[in-house]
Amino acid sequence: MLSHDFGAGFADPVRDAQAAFRAILDALANPGMAQKLLTSGERSTALQGELVSILLTLSDHDTPIWLSPALDTVAVRGFVGFHTGAPVVADPEKANFAFVARGDDLPDLASCNLGTQEYPDRSTTIVIELLSLTGGAELVLRGPGIADTTTVAPQGLPQDFVAQWQDNRELFPRGIDLLLVAGGEVIGLPRSTRIVEA
Amino acid sequence: MTSEISAEQAARKRALDILATAPAKALAERWHAFGDKPDHQRLRGPETGLVMVRGRAGGGGAPFNLGEATVSRASVRIVTGEVGHGYCLGRDLDQAEAIAVIDALRQRDAGRVDAEIIAPLETLIVESDVTRKNETAATRVDFFTMVRGDN
Repeated sequence: MLSHDFGAGFADPVRDAQAAFRAILDALANPGMAQKLLTSGERSTALQGELVSILLTLSDHDTPIWLSPALDTVAVRGFVGFHTGAPVVADPEKANFAFVARGDDLPDLASCNLGTQEYPDRSTTIVIELLSLTGGAELVLRGPGIADTTTVAPQGLPQDFVAQWQDNRELFPRGIDLLLVAGGEVIGLPRSTRIVEA
Repeated sequence: MTSEISAEQAARKRALDILATAPAKALAERWHAFGDKPDHQRLRGPETGLVMVRGRAGGGGAPFNLGEATVSRASVRIVTGEVGHGYCLGRDLDQAEAIAVIDALRQRDAGRVDAEIIAPLETLIVESDVTRKNETAATRVDFFTMVRGDN
């Protein structure tokens, strides 16, 4: 074969990326509230649906990305290179965005780039694809963007997630931000959000 | 840098060179006349961007950046699965997309595409090159020194 087929990106690149960007923005502004996320159509690689939408929206050649083991394939690397030009790095500490496929382990939050006191915005944002955003153990959230408290129940987070998130919260203004995706929706968990009850 | 490319790749490169160099109007006419166009899906673009054009000058041939040029590109997949890429100077997105489809089609049926599109365009390019060279040659002035003042 002469040409490699990396798969299609957004059907309407500008509008679709804008719509997805808006959803991500709303998700981080309203932690715990699920936002409808456009899922990109083609399912030719391991990387699909919600992760593709976020990848195509947020990454470019200036944003190193980290891929979880299930995603780190030749096909996915080809797709990322063809559509975004983003360098793929092996160490999550060097990545602006980390993408975790369903079933893969979330990298230890402390092993990611936590930003610096001067530039806390340079930390890693982790995008994790879960089994479902409902039906798991309930987490009660409090913090900016939440009127009083709100409850989320994502399925598939690691056992020690609450403790890890606690440690991440302590680092403020440093720390990582989290985007949870499943079933065409995204929930934002910015570093400013506290889990008050697990 | 020298890299080995197969004859097939060289032929494809030549076809893409011709498609990118051909006048937009001539290409559009050829493509319009081409029957049985396949349906295609856009993989990336068509979109415009800038590429840095580099030149070499001076005795040492040191490279320098001449300036940026506007380039349109498109990548498509035709119904039979072949993926084609098209690049051309300027902002003509339809032209870039047509080139991409022709490139994809050429991978399936090189003979027909070469005969109906590539070869006529190549003839056209060669002809216009010859015309321009002749026009330029007609106004050529040769300078030479007849006698140097000796002392």
